[in-house]
Amino acid sequence: MATAGFHDSELGELQRRLVVLRVGLLLVVALLALRLWHLQIREGPYYRDLSENNRTRSVILEPARGLIYDRNGILLANNVPSFSLYVALEDVKDREELIEQLSQLIGLDPELVRKKLSVRGAKQLPRKIKDRLTLKEATLIESHRLDLPGVMIQVESQRNYLGGATASHVLGYVGEVSAEQLEKPEFAELHQGSIVGQYGVEKFFDQIVRGMAGQKSIEVDALGHEKRTVVVDQPHAGDDLYLTIDARLQKVAEDLLGQESGAIVALDPTKGDILAMASRPAFDPNVLSRELTAKQWVEIVQDEGRPLNNRASQGQYPPGSTFKVMMAAAALESKTMTPSSTVFCNGGYQFGRRVYHDWKASGHGYVDLRKALIHSCDVYFYTVGQRMGIDTMASYAHQFGLGEETGVELPSERIGTVPSTEWKQRVKHEPWLPGETISAAIGQGYVTVTPLQMASLIGTVANDGVTYRPRLVQAIMDRTTGQRQELPTVPKAKLAVKHETLKLIREALSGVVTEGTGGRARSSIVTIAGKTGTAQTSALRTGPEKDIPKKFRDHAWFVAFAPVENPTIAVAVLAEHMGHGGSAAAPLAKEVIETYIKLTSKSPKRSDTASSSPVPGGRAGDYD
Amino acid sequence: MIDRMMDRRGLDNFDLRYLGLIVAILGIGVLSIYSVTHDQGGPGLPFFAKQVFWILLGAVAFLIMLVWDYHRIARLAYPAYAIILILLAVVLFEGKTSRGAQRWIPIGPFAFQPSEFAKLVLILVMAHYYSKAPRVGWLQRVVIPGALMLPGLLLILKQPDLGSGLSFMAVYAAMLLMVGMRSQALGVILLFSLMLFPFAWEVMWGSLHDYQRQRIMAFVDPNYDPGGKGYHALQSRIAIGAGELTGKGLYGGTQSQLKFLPEGHTDFVFSVFAEEWGFVGVLILLLLFVALIWLSLEIATRAKDELGALLAVGIISMLCFCVVVNIGMTAGMFPIVGIPLPLMSYGGSATIMTMASLGLLLNVKRRRLSLFY
Repeated sequence: MATAGFHDSELGELQRRLVVLRVGLLLVVALLALRLWHLQIREGPYYRDLSENNRTRSVILEPARGLIYDRNGILLANNVPSFSLYVALEDVKDREELIEQLSQLIGLDPELVRKKLSVRGAKQLPRKIKDRLTLKEATLIESHRLDLPGVMIQVESQRNYLGGATASHVLGYVGEVSAEQLEKPEFAELHQGSIVGQYGVEKFFDQIVRGMAGQKSIEVDALGHEKRTVVVDQPHAGDDLYLTIDARLQKVAEDLLGQESGAIVALDPTKGDILAMASRPAFDPNVLSRELTAKQWVEIVQDEGRPLNNRASQGQYPPGSTFKVMMAAAALESKTMTPSSTVFCNGGYQFGRRVYHDWKASGHGYVDLRKALIHSCDVYFYTVGQRMGIDTMASYAHQFGLGEETGVELPSERIGTVPSTEWKQRVKHEPWLPGETISAAIGQGYVTVTPLQMASLIGTVANDGVTYRPRLVQAIMDRTTGQRQELPTVPKAKLAVKHETLKLIREALSGVVTEGTGGRARSSIVTIAGKTGTAQTSALRTGPEKDIPKKFRDHAWFVAFAPVENPTIAVAVLAEHMGHGGSAAAPLAKEVIETYIKLTSKSPKRSDTASSSPVPGGRAGDYD
Repeated sequence: MIDRMMDRRGLDNFDLRYLGLIVAILGIGVLSIYSVTHDQGGPGLPFFAKQVFWILLGAVAFLIMLVWDYHRIARLAYPAYAIILILLAVVLFEGKTSRGAQRWIPIGPFAFQPSEFAKLVLILVMAHYYSKAPRVGWLQRVVIPGALMLPGLLLILKQPDLGSGLSFMAVYAAMLLMVGMRSQALGVILLFSLMLFPFAWEVMWGSLHDYQRQRIMAFVDPNYDPGGKGYHALQSRIAIGAGELTGKGLYGGTQSQLKFLPEGHTDFVFSVFAEEWGFVGVLILLLLFVALIWLSLEIATRAKDELGALLAVGIISMLCFCVVVNIGMTAGMFPIVGIPLPLMSYGGSATIMTMASLGLLLNVKRRRLSLFY
């Protein structure tokens, strides 16, 4: 025992002290066990919940929106796959760092990302940060995934409008549901990042086209990487819409307007089907369906041409002489005039101290109702208006659907203005002045209408007093059952106007084209009846039209139907600041009608009325 | 000569129990490591296989420390300490950086962690010193051993390796209390306060605000939890708590399988085990550790000389400290300091060192018996 220590005496002491170690060990281990019992038994269920939340993430599966077709089955709007960027907040360790990384990688605006991340919503749902990532952006994100905990790339379907700006006002566009929308009951089942229709048919039929979102629970690891899918609740695609629009006619109508501002509405008066609804200037819904920056928005909203305005259903213009169609019916029905009563027109109408001029300074001589329509005699209608009074005029105007909603399936339809004594008192707080009745009688003054209302009005005349609610959707196809459900046409109350009255008006309107102011609408393939209109925008007009700055020039109107014998199409054309209806608007209406007749005569079903009697020649009347 | 005092009988009952406990804990460790890392790709051998390799190396170290007379081993204490100090210095300048700390010297594909071995060497130094030096007065009892420990401690803290540094101090303190203090009462009080310090710490620590804790932690160990905000501690607590009574079963621990729990195969291997085997498994594991330390205390109590007893005390206190602090930190009782769980955490240096220490312990026991031949 060479190595035995020289303080062996202390060995005993040391070994006695070991008892303390034993007691201490037991004490400490007991404390540890107590702590573990607390964690695992007493608070075990709580921690188990935490661990479940840790590992599962709910991911929304966005539904594909229903497709949109035209009346002949031409696809107008579909969906294309695209990459969306989501962030699961639970997996984000450092928000600011993530924002910084995203801005460096794919140039996202830090402010925007910060805003999106802080949107309040269901706690467990990842936030959608950006959609329509380019392939390059998506690849960049994927390749940096390890450094971007919580970031997910999802393939989703994005709305795609095949025709670009074609029918943009009818189709509308889609966008992320806004915070204000989310608070409304109809958006209750949606969540931040959901895509909803924001305009046009997309908005009006959103609940049908939208579909139902699905959800899947995925198991993720600590970096937010998907490990496996736990539960899947498949999304249901939205239902398809079949519009009443004929895409070919729509395109023709839009091209006719070209760069000019205006609207063309064509509808089938026997059903109310809107065949074309063009409004210019237009917008590209593909652009608007993307996420726009505040600056881009301001540019669009402040564009002087106001491309977001659907001039067909939201543009309110004085109807000018097209108003005389309604006035003629009112004159006969209210017994203000008989078909044969005449008025002498010497080019002006004296009322009080003021003279109201006819467009033709030399006057039209003796005119009856027929002649007054054909040549658009203002003095005749001044007289009618004066005799009838504003309130009778207003009640007939309402019957013809002016100052009323047409009920078209578009959001924010405008109703125009039909003035009356009551209206003026209510809105202007002033009594009605008798002279104002005279302006109103030729569709000036306070009277405003939308092109859609005028198309519906002329369609009602063409259809012998029966109005159908203008509609844009004729059928809905249920995606799950594959069944196509035809929507019924909706007739409105029949006009309380005698058949003879409407017949007389139709004949006169036919005369407008054959011998009157609407000569430019004469067609060699179909009989057309119509009425010109020139809506004054400024009271102070001197000198020839071409010297007036464009924004002060008159709006050109033409309302028409064809074929005269058995009308299948009614058209309203409004060309802003294009001058006279007879020269600027009538040729456009003719083009639209001819196109439609040609298109329908090709299909055997509709060939009944296409080739009617040739139109007799006549004087080209450039004025109304 | 080597075998002069060797116990030539086969393994006795005690040895079998002792070895059985070690093998059982090692087995649980390998199983847990396998469970966390089995689906982890990556170059080279999987972690569990490497751990088995470390255990085999550890077994060799165990045998070496068992076969050589511990008196001879203790005589190498100072040269060994000198070498370790050099290595610790080398680490500071040449070491491999991982998790913000320089602790490793790369050797081929592996990394060697001198601070782990420093613990065993310190035990040798302390035991050697106390068994040899005359112990009169504070200078010889407290100050000189403290001065011996200090260069190693400073080098380790410089890395920084808070866990190893604390183990260092624990060994020193335990030795001090067992033989450095003359008054038994004082020793008992100090020993208890040392043991209960962690729990007192919990109360104190718990009363601090998060940011205060972060400041303190950032001061002592700026690199441990860079993501910060107590992420590791919380995930570890969730893992343990989610185990409930019977656990989620092997491979069932979502916390560790899905990597919410960082360092599942090293410092937090206990949390992995607790999540998969629950409170029942945890109690069994604690019993295994207690039994192993109990047997070790038996060895210390029956050591034939002071050197043996001191070696045993040093090793036991190191083991106890590591087990308690590791489990305590995973259970959220203490701040997280990098202390591996002996015999279970993955790691070559720690495994080899722990097994060598246990070999040395058994050495002490067998030399005791050899007296009777």
